[in-house]
Amino acid sequence: MIPPAAPARLIDAPSFSTSRFRAEREADWIAFDLLLTRLEKKGAAALTSDELLQLPLLYRATLSSLSIARATSLDKALLGHLEALSIRGYFLVYGVRESRWNRLRRFFLYDWPAAVRSVWKETLIISLIILLGALTSYSLVSNNPEWYFNFVDEEMAGGRDPRATVEFLQSTLGHGKAVAGKGESGLHVFATYLFTHNSQVSILSFALGFAFGVPTMMLEYYQGIGLGAMMAVFSAKGLGYDFGGWLFIHGTTELFAAALSGAAGLRIGTAVVFPGARGRLQAASEAGRIAGKVMVGVILMLFAAGLLEGFGRQLITDTMLRYAIGTLMLLFWLAYYYIPRREDVT
Amino acid sequence: MTAAAANAKSRTAGAKKIRQFITPEGVDLELKIAGSGLRFAALLVDLILIQIALLLFWLAMLWIGVASRSDVTEAIWMLGAFLLRTFWFIGFELGSRAATPGKRLMGIRVVARDGGRLTADAVVARNLIRELELFLPLMMLGEGVAQDNVSGWLMLAGVLWSLTLSLFLLFNRDRMRMGDLIAGTWVVMAQRVKLDADIGVDAAGEAIAFTETELAVYGIFELQELERVLRSRDPRAMREVADAIRAKIGRAIAEEDDVFLLSYYRQLKARLERKLLFGKRREDKYASD
Repeated sequence: MIPPAAPARLIDAPSFSTSRFRAEREADWIAFDLLLTRLEKKGAAALTSDELLQLPLLYRATLSSLSIARATSLDKALLGHLEALSIRGYFLVYGVRESRWNRLRRFFLYDWPAAVRSVWKETLIISLIILLGALTSYSLVSNNPEWYFNFVDEEMAGGRDPRATVEFLQSTLGHGKAVAGKGESGLHVFATYLFTHNSQVSILSFALGFAFGVPTMMLEYYQGIGLGAMMAVFSAKGLGYDFGGWLFIHGTTELFAAALSGAAGLRIGTAVVFPGARGRLQAASEAGRIAGKVMVGVILMLFAAGLLEGFGRQLITDTMLRYAIGTLMLLFWLAYYYIPRREDVT
Repeated sequence: MTAAAANAKSRTAGAKKIRQFITPEGVDLELKIAGSGLRFAALLVDLILIQIALLLFWLAMLWIGVASRSDVTEAIWMLGAFLLRTFWFIGFELGSRAATPGKRLMGIRVVARDGGRLTADAVVARNLIRELELFLPLMMLGEGVAQDNVSGWLMLAGVLWSLTLSLFLLFNRDRMRMGDLIAGTWVVMAQRVKLDADIGVDAAGEAIAFTETELAVYGIFELQELERVLRSRDPRAMREVADAIRAKIGRAIAEEDDVFLLSYYRQLKARLERKLLFGKRREDKYASD
């Protein structure tokens, strides 16, 4: 409810005075303040349509009062109140133009794939860097297994190194006898751990992008290194095909997400180094907004990868099926991101 | 430095924090950039709140976990902790007040630098970068402690390097941290100011009549200081100010301090506002009348 305008206080003042000005307009400010408070607390649904129509009128009345007060009044408390009220009003009146549901829908249908599509060059570069890292360590470890210990942390490897037996390696892939003894109760914990850990790594590789993209590229190269070294160990024991399946089921999603997070970081880095015709700050903020969208997508992708890795990989032990699921996921992501669609540019 | 120069200097220092921000209606909102101290305090409050929330969440999960004897709670705990830590800032800044509880407490908020709408992607970008700004120095420190062979100097260099990123906001005029720079945002003051009563229309204002020369000694700065003292209603401050004014205009102590100050305030304000209408703005007592 908007309180009815209070009658202007009777003042024996000259025809224009700041006191008269205040007495005449004060009711509007109070009404606007009340509306804003309710809007902030309960959202637009709490207001009746009358009150919603009232909102822009009261907003403009307040702004006009502010202009007049700045030119005529020296009352600091009044000026401060009007300024604060106008700022609050501006951001509410001009702030949100669509509902949360609409925003979410637009993000999944258009914004997310469009953002990923627009960093395709960076995605390609980062993918090549990961591949390069993998090839480097693969060839080095294949020629001389001693290299393995330079690349992979002993704790992380958990015994999966060139000295391990074929049986042991096989067991780590979820085949053979060793797996039977292990219960399935810890799977969700494992999946959650993988998700949170991977998300943090990709957030880091994105955030490091502003340092001209160099640390991002190094981080992604390092990811490739670890991958290649493992691959070399398993394929040397003739388990390359099985290892591929073990990796493929979640790896297509996870590595894709890793590449995208690197691409988002690289986009910011290149925008800072080569801003083009725009100012450097402007370029950085434009790149940052695209990268922000990509990163929300990356976290969602990593969530999917965590589920696949934690549950899918532990429950599905057939290598063919693993390959099939991995390929399906890859096709799904590629189609989702890169198939052009209507109503694309808004 | 003379008092006049000091006054002028403090005014320009205040003006340096003000940024033009013109609404579509053509009014300049004159946003003030939030200081680094406020930003840091807001961050501290948020971190403490997150820790408290995590602790409560952990206790609840522990209790449920023990009661139900299942380890689902462990997964829920890990997921919940991650979501809370990552999306605390994002979630609150996407709200209509664009501020986390810490920021609200300090009376600051996030706005888009170009004057447009604060978009969700900008909020996400500025907060994901926070991860780096907060944890890189800690990580460097942790790394150095974990590996004894790293020399102290090297560790110091690493921490200093990462601190320059974290303390980036100290090195630019707009107090933007790395995340603000990349998201295109600012953090500005957004306090609520209560509408205080109009002390210019009190009946007591007419008790004493001052002459033109008695009113001509002060400018806007002094008027607003007087307003502050009157609104604070502190008898000792009022006595001091009243005595200072009496000495300046050469009046004997004849009336109560508050009556004296109120009438002086009202008449000085009327005089200065009249001059303002004619385009003459006298900033302080040092400016010419």
